[in-house]
Amino acid sequence: MALAGVLNAAMAAEGVDGIKKRGTLVVGVKADYKPFGFRSPEGAVIGIEPDLAADLAKRLGVKLELVPVVASNRIEFLQQGKIDVLLATMSDTPERRKVVQAIDPPYYSDFVNVLLPKSSKIGDWADLKGKTLCATSGSWYNKDVARTYGAELSAFDGSEKPLLALKQGNCVGYVYDQTFIQGRLLEADWSGAYAMPLKGVLPTRWIMAVAPGNDTLKTFLEGATKDWMKSGLIMAEEKKFGITPTEYARAMHDQMAAPAK
Amino acid sequence: MDFIAGWFHHLYETTGLNFTVFYDPYDWHRYLGGLATTVLLCIVTIVLSLVIGALGALLQSAPSRLARNAVHVFVVVFRNTPPLVQIFFFYFGIGAILPASQGADGMRLPIISNVQWAIISLSLFAGAFNVEIFRSGIEAIPKTSVEAAEALGYTRFKAYVHVILPLALRVCLPALNNNLVNLVKTTTLAYAIAVPETLYEVKQIWGESQNVLEMMLVLFITYGVLVGILVLIMHGWERMLRIPGYGR
Repeated sequence: MALAGVLNAAMAAEGVDGIKKRGTLVVGVKADYKPFGFRSPEGAVIGIEPDLAADLAKRLGVKLELVPVVASNRIEFLQQGKIDVLLATMSDTPERRKVVQAIDPPYYSDFVNVLLPKSSKIGDWADLKGKTLCATSGSWYNKDVARTYGAELSAFDGSEKPLLALKQGNCVGYVYDQTFIQGRLLEADWSGAYAMPLKGVLPTRWIMAVAPGNDTLKTFLEGATKDWMKSGLIMAEEKKFGITPTEYARAMHDQMAAPAK
Repeated sequence: MDFIAGWFHHLYETTGLNFTVFYDPYDWHRYLGGLATTVLLCIVTIVLSLVIGALGALLQSAPSRLARNAVHVFVVVFRNTPPLVQIFFFYFGIGAILPASQGADGMRLPIISNVQWAIISLSLFAGAFNVEIFRSGIEAIPKTSVEAAEALGYTRFKAYVHVILPLALRVCLPALNNNLVNLVKTTTLAYAIAVPETLYEVKQIWGESQNVLEMMLVLFITYGVLVGILVLIMHGWERMLRIPGYGR
């Protein structure tokens, strides 16, 4: 036990105390992922995640330094100690949890999926090539879906009109947030003839991460995440940057903000 | 082209004005596609609405009371209700009732597409106004001209086509001009049923790039140019139809 404690202390040299001593919290964020982390016209990195990082620095009473990362180097940056915290639209996978310490609960989550008629023979995203999908105009992943899967998108304002268009057979399916589709499928109106047979694509749960062994920072971040959910900060950030609050953000807020029994 | 793209990239970096359509090929092609759809909508609906207007005006003075009443009801319904509501009604209302064929993959295939519904709905809407515009022109024609045509042995229809309509057209062109300009602008409503016209594509672009102001400017200029071209053609037509000494 004693040995383990010593090892941990050595590896967690840049724990909360180390950061406070240094006076700077270094956070790896995306700089190419609107609206979660992107460049302002002046070149500053802004977005939901930089705002959350700023909140972390404020809680620690230190200055904030943002380091732009990309998917291919972010975990290495964390392992090499170039950054204290990774807060960069990182999807939660078992492989990643092996090499870094994930912060639970995940601070954000959602899939993109397609609501399809049960009569549809589409069983894979690849089957959507050349087919028309109803969509909600302004969804940030429309372009990705169109380009990645070769689907033609027919985008309407809001979610009711694309659903109506789907019912009338004007498109083969409705591509939207998975949590939303799941909600619809709870209704008898939709559960009878419609289903969500495809695997959700694009983002999954998004986790913050710290280097292995950095337990003090991990504990601090877990507390901060719960506070964000309790205060509704994540939902406020979603609104600030013009994205529809996800079911996950709402559910976690309800759960965390509920009075203790 | 590279120079233009470079300039707009530079503009973005220095001022923050993000005209993605002028440097991102994907957005540029979407914009061009939207413009092509808008031009198609404009040309087809203008022609159809003129035909509807001329036919309606002819039927307004038909001997059959049924035909006269039918035109009256048509004008009242399509002139007095909002065009967006009409588009929704056709696409979501009528479109749902119409029989549909079965696609190869077991999917329902509507017999009328959203673009076709937009054309039908916009043509009827503008056509209702055109009926009344043509009527104003017809009523402005001196009774004596019509009587002269009849005296020459023209049938009612022939007199309408060869005498009344050409004279009426000259009189009502300025009003027709206004209505067609309106029609060009109203084609933007087709975005609501996902017709990939200019407003639709531009909305997609600003939804992704958050450059609403810049894309609004592009929209304004696009429609300014489109309407300008139409007005130029209409004025040319007016000059062509000018009858020296008539109406002055």
